[in-house]
Order: sequence, then C-alpha cells, then structure tokens
Amino acid sequence: MELSLATRAVGEHTVLEVGGEVDVYTAPRLRERLLELIDGGARHVVVDLGRVDFLDSTGLGVLVGALKRLRSAGGSFALVCDKEPLLKIFRITALDQVFPLHPTVDAAIAADSTGA
Amino acid sequence: MATVKLSFSPAPVHVRTARLVGVAVARRAGVREDLLDEVRLAIGEACTRAVALHRQYGLADPVYVEMSDGGGYTVRVVDRAPIEAGLGLAALGPDELAKESLSEDALTTGVGFALLAGFVEDLQVRPVDDGVGTEVRMSWPAGRA
Repeated sequence: MELSLATRAVGEHTVLEVGGEVDVYTAPRLRERLLELIDGGARHVVVDLGRVDFLDSTGLGVLVGALKRLRSAGGSFALVCDKEPLLKIFRITALDQVFPLHPTVDAAIAADSTGA
Repeated sequence: MATVKLSFSPAPVHVRTARLVGVAVARRAGVREDLLDEVRLAIGEACTRAVALHRQYGLADPVYVEMSDGGGYTVRVVDRAPIEAGLGLAALGPDELAKESLSEDALTTGVGFALLAGFVEDLQVRPVDDGVGTEVRMSWPAGRA
C-alpha cells in the first residue's frame, strides 16, 4: 500500500497520521512533510503509526531526525503505536528507549502535556 | 529445489517488489505464517542496504536476489560495492541513537543491521566468491522442500 499522510491539530499539538508502507522509497516524503510541519512552526508533534503496515530502517531514521530537530527547537515528539510487529522493531533497535511511545493519540498528548 | 532469481536496477522503488516476491516465495516454500513479517522486513533491509551502497559508489549494476527452498528457505542478496562488509558493526545503544552528532545515514545503517541481526536467526554477511561485493545470506525454517 502506498504511503498516506494526513495532518490535524489537537490543541497545540500537531498530529500526523501515517498509513501504508514507510520504506526506502516512501520515507523521503515522510521526511519532507515533517520538515514542512516543523519549519511551519509546529513544536509538539505526534506521529500516529496506527495505519502503518510496514516500517524499515529508513523510516526509523526519518523519525529519529524529526525527534532531534524538535528537541533542539525546544519542542516535543511522540509516536503512537499499538501493533506488536511494529513495537518489536522498536525494541530490537533500542529505539523504544529513544521515542516516547503511546498506544493512543489521547495518551500521547496527555503524557506530553503533563511533561511525562 | 525451487529457485527464484531476481535482479533489479539499484533504485529504491524496486525494493518493495523484492520484498513482495520474497514473501510470496517464502509462503510457497512453507515458511510459518507468523515469520512472514520478519522475512519481509529482513529482505527489505538487505535490499535497501545493497541499493544504498550501489548509489553511494555510483554503480549501475543490478542488485541480485536469489530465493531457494531446498531444506529451508534461503535468500541471498548480493551487491557489487567495493567494501569489506561484515557483521562487526556493534549495535547502537539508546544514548548513541539519540546523539545529535549521529547522522541519519549512519543511524539508518546501524538500525538496519540491528533489524537484520534481530530478525534473522541464521544470518551470514561475507564477500562474494566471484569478484567484488558482499553477499547477505538469510535462512528460515520451511515446512516443505
């Protein structure tokens, strides 16, 4: 399935819903969209991976890039993911200790708002 | 023993095709259904690595993939890059991954190897027998030969 990207605002958070396959071919489009959001002033970004059915190292690299960029801008970055195959990818790469991972968008925003 | 061979020009768009073929052949070979996600990811990582190396060295040669189901399901992904690749790359810890100084390319390479090593029990990375390049060889148990 092709990559799909949809953005919505929830309070001061920007939620980017990603669907389909994030791989070496599609990851540049995800990178561009994240850069557009950050350059456009978004400082609290939540990426919802709920409809992602494939994610590779290139996609993970893009997500880490966005995390670092937002951190250095004084912002925050969180991921929403509750699918076991994807969670396993984060555990194997130790990226589960780098990203704030939440099961729902509401949980991600609540945790970010309380500074958790 | 059934063998499927595939070679593709080193462009990112073809990696998905290699994944789809690799999983179709794995299913046909009788690889357990719950392993197919890992097979898909591992073939994708190996092909992504090969494509990245060919682009890095300006090589137009195709990336070669061979899938065979003799006594298990084995996939070989062969690149032609003039480097000495191995599995010596240490896994990056969370502190290193989050470091500002780590480039996205370096991170992607490290994470790609971590995924290969994590998802493929039987993994070998070695120089090709003929000429220049590296072979990534991955095997999974398969139900029927």
